[in-house]
Amino acid sequence: MIMKRIVLLALAMVLAWQPAAAEEKSNEKKNIKIGFIYVSPVGDAGWSYAHNEARKAIEAMEGVETSFVESVPEGPDSERVMLNMARKDFDLIFATSFGYMDPMLKVAKRFPDTVFMHCSGFKTAPNMGNYFGRMYQARYLSGMVAGAMTRTDTLGYVAAFPIPEVIRGINAFALGAQSVNPEAKVRVVWTKTWYDPATEKEAAKSLLDVGADVIAQHQDSPGPQEAAQQRGVYSIGYNTDMSQFAPEAHLVAPVWNWTPFYKEIVRQVKAGSWESKSYWWGLEKEIVDISPISDKVPADVRKKVLDKKADIIADTFTVFTGPIKDQQGKVRIPEGKSAADAELLGMDWFVEGVIGTTK
Amino acid sequence: MGKIRVMKRQEPLGWRSCLVVLGAAGVSLVLSGILLGLQDRPPLTAMVILFQGAFGSAWAIEDCLIKAVPIYLCSLGVAVAFRLQIWNIGAEGQFALGAVGATAAALYFPDLSWFLLLPGMALAAFLAGGFWGLIPALLKIHMRANEIIVTLMMNYIAILFLDYLVYGVWKDPASFGFPMTPTFSESAIVGRIGDTNLNWGLALCAVCGLLVWVFFRYTLLGYELKASGENVRAARYARLPYERLVILVMVLSGALAGWAGFIEASATLNRLQPSIMVGYGYTAIVVAWLARLNPLYIGLASFLLAGLRVGVENLQLELQVPAAFGQIMEGLILLTVLAGGFFTEYRLRLRPRP
Repeated sequence: MIMKRIVLLALAMVLAWQPAAAEEKSNEKKNIKIGFIYVSPVGDAGWSYAHNEARKAIEAMEGVETSFVESVPEGPDSERVMLNMARKDFDLIFATSFGYMDPMLKVAKRFPDTVFMHCSGFKTAPNMGNYFGRMYQARYLSGMVAGAMTRTDTLGYVAAFPIPEVIRGINAFALGAQSVNPEAKVRVVWTKTWYDPATEKEAAKSLLDVGADVIAQHQDSPGPQEAAQQRGVYSIGYNTDMSQFAPEAHLVAPVWNWTPFYKEIVRQVKAGSWESKSYWWGLEKEIVDISPISDKVPADVRKKVLDKKADIIADTFTVFTGPIKDQQGKVRIPEGKSAADAELLGMDWFVEGVIGTTK
Repeated sequence: MGKIRVMKRQEPLGWRSCLVVLGAAGVSLVLSGILLGLQDRPPLTAMVILFQGAFGSAWAIEDCLIKAVPIYLCSLGVAVAFRLQIWNIGAEGQFALGAVGATAAALYFPDLSWFLLLPGMALAAFLAGGFWGLIPALLKIHMRANEIIVTLMMNYIAILFLDYLVYGVWKDPASFGFPMTPTFSESAIVGRIGDTNLNWGLALCAVCGLLVWVFFRYTLLGYELKASGENVRAARYARLPYERLVILVMVLSGALAGWAGFIEASATLNRLQPSIMVGYGYTAIVVAWLARLNPLYIGLASFLLAGLRVGVENLQLELQVPAAFGQIMEGLILLTVLAGGFFTEYRLRLRPRP
C-alpha cells in the first residue's frame, strides 16, 4: 500500500515535470484531485449527504479522484484541513459551509495554483470562486404544499441560525404558504445548531405544542421529521427526500442536487478554463428542486405547485416580488418590484405572517 | 487452579508507571486497529497514515502545536482547581468569556499600538474568565452550591452571551448578516513566531505552565492548596484559609481558560464568531485527568491529543474513515489509560489454592 503510494507519487512527479513551453500552451489537466470539506457527517441524509452524493457522481468522471473530510468545525480546524489538502496537491477544493469562507481565503492566498470553491459565502479571490443555489425557490413551492395542508393555519419551522440564507428560506416558505392560504402563519424556533438530532426534534415538539400541524425545517438532521411522524401531523423535509424517516408525515422536501454544478466546475478546471466567479443557480439549472409530492396532497394542489415551478423556471414568476411587508407591516419590497440579489443575500427581516425574531 | 487477589502496592511504581501508560495506549491502538480491520481498512497502513498526519512532517507538528495551545491553557486551568478537589467543569464558559473580554478590548481600542493593546486584551480576558470562575466560587462558599452544577450551567450562559454579542451589537455590518465581529486590527493579533505558523500563544503556555509548576512546588500557598486538596477537614483544622483558596483557584482556573479564548480569537480566528466554541473546555477535563494534573504531562497529553485529532483528518483524507472513528479512538485511549491507573495503585497476585 505504502509502496504503491510512493511509486504513484514518483510517477506523479515525473508527469508533472514538463518543459515550461508546453505548460504555457495550455492549462489542461488530464487527472485532477478534488477535496471536499463537510461540516457534518455524510451519513446524515442532510446537507453534507447531498454534497457527498454529488462527490460520488463526479468521482465516476474520467481522470477524477476525490476525497473528503467530514465533521470539521468552522473555525481554525477547517483552515488546517484545507491547508493539508492544498499541500497534498489537490487541484480543486470545495468547502461546503459558510464558516469556511475566511479560512479558505487565507489558504487560497498561500496556494495560488489551487482552485478553491466556497459554498454559500460572499468573498472571492483570483483562485477562489463561490457558489450557492436559490433554495428559496424550492422553499416557496414547499410552502404552498404546507399552506394547503394545514388545518390550524399554523406552520412550524425549526431553523438553524438567524443568518440571511435561513431567513430568506423562511420568508419564501411563508410567502408560498400565504399564496394558497392567506391566513397561514409560520412560527419559527431557532436551535442554533446545524446538526443535532435531539435538539432539533425537541424544537419541533415545542412547535407542535403551540398548535403547529405542519413542521418544516432548515436543519441537517431528520429529527423534526420524526417528531411530526410521532404526533401524527405533516412535515416538510429538507436537503434530500426525507420520506424514509417519516413515511406518514412527509409531504415534500426542497432538495439539493449539486451534481450538475460540480460536473460543470470539474470540466472547467480540467479544461483550464476555470475563472473566479460567483454562481447562484436556481430551479432552472436543477441545482435545487422539490422531491416528489406525497399522494396525501390533493391532486389540484400538486398541479398548482408544479405549475408554479414551471413559472419560476420560465422566469415568469419571481418569489420576492412586491408588495411584501415585514412583520411590522412596513412595505419592504414595493409593488411591481422584485428584490435584487444583493438584498436577498443580506436579508435580515421576516415577512408579515412569520412569528419569531431574527435575532 | 489459583485465585486472583487484588493487593494495594506498598511502594509507588515510579518510572514503571510510564510502562503502564504506554501499555494502555498500546492496547487502545490494537483495539482501534481491530475496528479498522472490521471496516476493511488496512490497520497497519492506517496507523502509519495517522502517525504521518500528526507528527510525520514539520508542518504537521506545527499544526498539532497550534491546536494544543487552547487545550493546554484550559487544561492547566482545570488542573489548578482539581488540585484543591474543586471540580470546575466550566472551562468552556470561562474560555468563551475570555474570548469576549479580549474581543471587547480589540474592538473598542483598535487604534492602540500592539504593545498596549495585546496586554490590554490579555488583561481583559484574564478578568472576564476569572470573573466567570469567581461566581461559582462565591456561590459555593456562601450558599454551599455545588460547583459542578454551577460551573456546568454557567457554560450555557457564557456561550449564549457570546452569541448575543456576535449576532447583535458586535456584528460586522459588512458581513451580510452573518454572525461575526469585524476582523481585528493588526495590532490586536497575536503574531507568529519567526517564519513558522506557530503563534506566541505557545510561549504563553510555556510561561503559564512553568509558573503553575513553581507555584505548587515552591510556594507556601501552593503547598497549602495541595494539602487542602488532600483533606479538607484536616486543612480546616490546621486553620488553612480554605475559602480564600477556593476563590483563588477558581479565579486562576477561569483566567487560564480565558487566555485560551484570547489566543484563539486573536491568533487563529482574528475575530470573534460562534464557531470559536468547539469544546476545548470539556476536552481540557479529559486531558487534565490523563496527565494526573501535572503541568508538564498536561503539555504532553495536549500535544498528543491534538496530534490524534489532526492525524485522524489525514486518515479520513487517505482512507475515508468516518470522522466518528477519531472520537472512538479518543474514548478508547482515555478508557485504557485510566483503567491502567488501577495497576499503578494495585497489583494482582495469583494465590495458589491451599
